[in-house]
Amino acid sequence: MTRHALLLATLALVMLGLFAASLLIGPAGLGVGESLAALFRGEGRAETLVMREIRLPRAGLAVFVGAALGLSGAALQGYLRNPLAEPGLIGVTGAAGLGAVVAIQTGLSAALALALPGMALIAAVLAVLLLLGLAGPRGGAFTLILAGIAISAFTSALTALVLNLSPNPFAATEMMFWLMGSLADRSMTHLALAAPFVVLGAAMLIPLGRGLDALTLGEDAAEALGIGLSRLRLMLVLGVAASVGAATAVTGAVGFVGLVVPHLLRPLTGAQPSRLLVASGLGGAAMVLMADIAVRLIAPERDLKLGVLTALVGAPFFLHLIWRTRREGV
Amino acid sequence: MGEGEGRPPRPGRRCGWRAAAGLVAALASAQPAAPAGAPGRVVSINLCTDQLAMMLAAPGQLVSVSSMARDPRMSAMVAEAAEHHVNHGGAEAVFRLDPDLVLAGRHTTRATVRLLRRLGVPVEEFAPARDFDDVRANIARVGAALGREGAAEALVAEFDARLAALRAEAGRAPEAALYYANSFTAGAESLAGHILAAAGLSNIAPQGGVLPLERLIMRAPELVVRGARYPGGSRAEEVLAHPALRALLAGRPAAPLADADWVCGTPHLLRAVGRLRDARETLE
Repeated sequence: MTRHALLLATLALVMLGLFAASLLIGPAGLGVGESLAALFRGEGRAETLVMREIRLPRAGLAVFVGAALGLSGAALQGYLRNPLAEPGLIGVTGAAGLGAVVAIQTGLSAALALALPGMALIAAVLAVLLLLGLAGPRGGAFTLILAGIAISAFTSALTALVLNLSPNPFAATEMMFWLMGSLADRSMTHLALAAPFVVLGAAMLIPLGRGLDALTLGEDAAEALGIGLSRLRLMLVLGVAASVGAATAVTGAVGFVGLVVPHLLRPLTGAQPSRLLVASGLGGAAMVLMADIAVRLIAPERDLKLGVLTALVGAPFFLHLIWRTRREGV
Repeated sequence: MGEGEGRPPRPGRRCGWRAAAGLVAALASAQPAAPAGAPGRVVSINLCTDQLAMMLAAPGQLVSVSSMARDPRMSAMVAEAAEHHVNHGGAEAVFRLDPDLVLAGRHTTRATVRLLRRLGVPVEEFAPARDFDDVRANIARVGAALGREGAAEALVAEFDARLAALRAEAGRAPEAALYYANSFTAGAESLAGHILAAAGLSNIAPQGGVLPLERLIMRAPELVVRGARYPGGSRAEEVLAHPALRALLAGRPAAPLADADWVCGTPHLLRAVGRLRDARETLE
């Protein structure tokens, strides 16, 4: 337990450090003292706007989005007992993006701000239900990935269709954002829309730890231990949909975070899914913060997409996982 | 599809009473469809050549303009375009219009232009205007292509006179920024940059490209000319209504939007210059 507490404390510290770094890095080139004075004491009108209205929501969103993806990945992997489960790969992110695009293009989100995360959430719920229906509750690696590919392809085709039919001249280039994700120029409005849903989702997912631990023994054993499997499943679906849906609605699809982070942390938490949940949430936040800092350092004027970096790290990792899975004959 | 779609009748062919009525009207006004030796059936498939052609063509000479010419968000001549048949720029549909000359943009419709030339249709391509000299040159070229050199010369002279009147007095040049979707800005060597300069404003981002919102806020120019927003919404345009930008602009006189008058190098851009000058005067 102390070792686990130490791990969580370390991850939280790393996350806080990256959060601070994220606040201090940006194209405006403010000094550290200047930045902090503007952030905390509101010194300098333009500096205060930059710190409070541009950088703070950006760093805050990175934390919430990363936490949502890391936590959801860990929960899905625990429930499906499958190391390949990840919100992006199994189509939840794509569906949430579709919901968000529909909300924006129909003007619903302009009329009612909550329609943006709301539609994304509904689409994400449908995708998770469809996935669980197709792959079955045990979710064998093969059927899970196939179902996920089908859902991803379908939702990205529908997203492209909606954008193609849009009267907006910028709609065609929006695909890039929805496929790759970006935190550039997001505002407090977006943070306020996404954060409550991410917190709600986390509140549903974190208590599932005990049930996920019991599930590692098999479904019968879990039921014998008094775990209500249908309730567990419902909470998982809603928790993943709420957190990933809201995160995707404002930042687009950031891939591979939910896959890589639980895997990196699993050796440090032992084989217990319950311990992995919070750790993955913190780790996911750190990874997205890191990626977003890298985006600004590598090409500050190019609006490099966040998903480009996470995929550059994540895809080789994914291939390695498949290789190992095949060797072990899972 | 609006009215005026479908194939416009070719004068002199029997195409029912509407063509006959058109012919009667043409005879009644006793105006030739086109000067001798000039193309009688001109089709434009580019928003900017649409507008120049509508200003310069002889009555009946311009057979069809692009559908964009009817979009009030991009075209400064929507009312005039409503009087014309519109095409959607497809080579097949344009060929069916039986044109003697097609006016096209240089960068946007390469495949269509290649195909039309293979089919033996003469095509004149026009590069988008990047400064006022290009505007004058494009007016003159469209005039020459249509055999309407006199009308073109008159239009250039009117353009220069109005521009000179707008430029009249030089004074303080307040800082201004052009800000479009995806944080793009237009540099000094773009048409929008020249419009800004003609109105006596100084562009804070003369190199153009991406202007990160943070830099715009730090620089705090006196005037921010934002791109007009389009229906359907997009993530790209959200930056134009970012709370930080709204806070920066709060309490200032509203700047004009970069609308249809900014899109093409035609004399209509002088209306944009005029509005900018008015906005500049409220800053003094």
